[in-house]
Amino acid sequence: MDTNDSLRVASLWHSMHAISQQLSPTTGCSGIELLEADTFDLHCFQSLTGTKFFVVCEPGTQHMESLLKVIYELYTDYVLKNPFYEMEMPIRCELFDINLSQAVQKDRVAMLGR
Amino acid sequence: MIGVGKIKQYSNVLDKPLSKGKQEVSLSAFAFLFSELVQYNQTQVDNIAELERRLEDAGYAVGARVLELLCHRDKGNRRETRLLGILSFVHSTVWKVLFGKVADSLEKGTEHEDEYMISEKELLVNRFISIPKDMGTFNCGAFVAGIVRGVLDSAGFPAVVTAHFVPVEGQQRPRTTILIKFAEEVLRREARLG
Repeated sequence: MDTNDSLRVASLWHSMHAISQQLSPTTGCSGIELLEADTFDLHCFQSLTGTKFFVVCEPGTQHMESLLKVIYELYTDYVLKNPFYEMEMPIRCELFDINLSQAVQKDRVAMLGR
Repeated sequence: MIGVGKIKQYSNVLDKPLSKGKQEVSLSAFAFLFSELVQYNQTQVDNIAELERRLEDAGYAVGARVLELLCHRDKGNRRETRLLGILSFVHSTVWKVLFGKVADSLEKGTEHEDEYMISEKELLVNRFISIPKDMGTFNCGAFVAGIVRGVLDSAGFPAVVTAHFVPVEGQQRPRTTILIKFAEEVLRREARLG
């Protein structure tokens, strides 16, 4: 998936998330947290500032919320503290990528162990 | 009032003993501050060499002050006169106070007599920084190189100090080396002292 496609998906998801907040029959809804489809699950985490992190995984994968929290921490560390990152731009930080793949790898290994 | 009472009042602020200071500072706070320092300097310059020079100058000011403070606080106002003395001072005491640990290694250059290297697996200032590919060999460790230059210069050992990334096989991230090249007069004086 190249950058343009990811940007399209991200903007699409942002709009759907916002619309879902209005559509919800209950008051105080904070947007979509889980989208279950036939071939994938989409977990979404929204930070206090409104930045959304979503992960697409196989249906029925457990503990994605904790993974999303870990990713949020990695974001604040390796992206926001990087002086060469401009806000709202696609993330091209080497350290973030390295640590992200390590976190996903660790999660996968832990899941196989459970 | 509870708690107030036993503090000795000094008539002259210069008589007050120098406090140990806070031993710990939030790493995140420092990282954000340093990131802003780099970003601010980026807006002021046109090229990378200039940016490196600015970071070094910022570090130079820190180095000069750190030397004064540490000489008074840790070394009992003793002055280093020998090359190895000042180098080990930088390598252990200065590093311990600034970064919480001694530097990884101190080596003498093999090619030139006047070169010494302080190596670190990863500089604290670079912990969260990823250099974009188009910036080439730029290293934010130029700030630390400036600190070392400030310390050495104020101690009477003028030198040219630079920070370099040295790739290490088997590791993804290169290690950082602070290269110290002493001026002629320092080596001559050292030879005279025997």
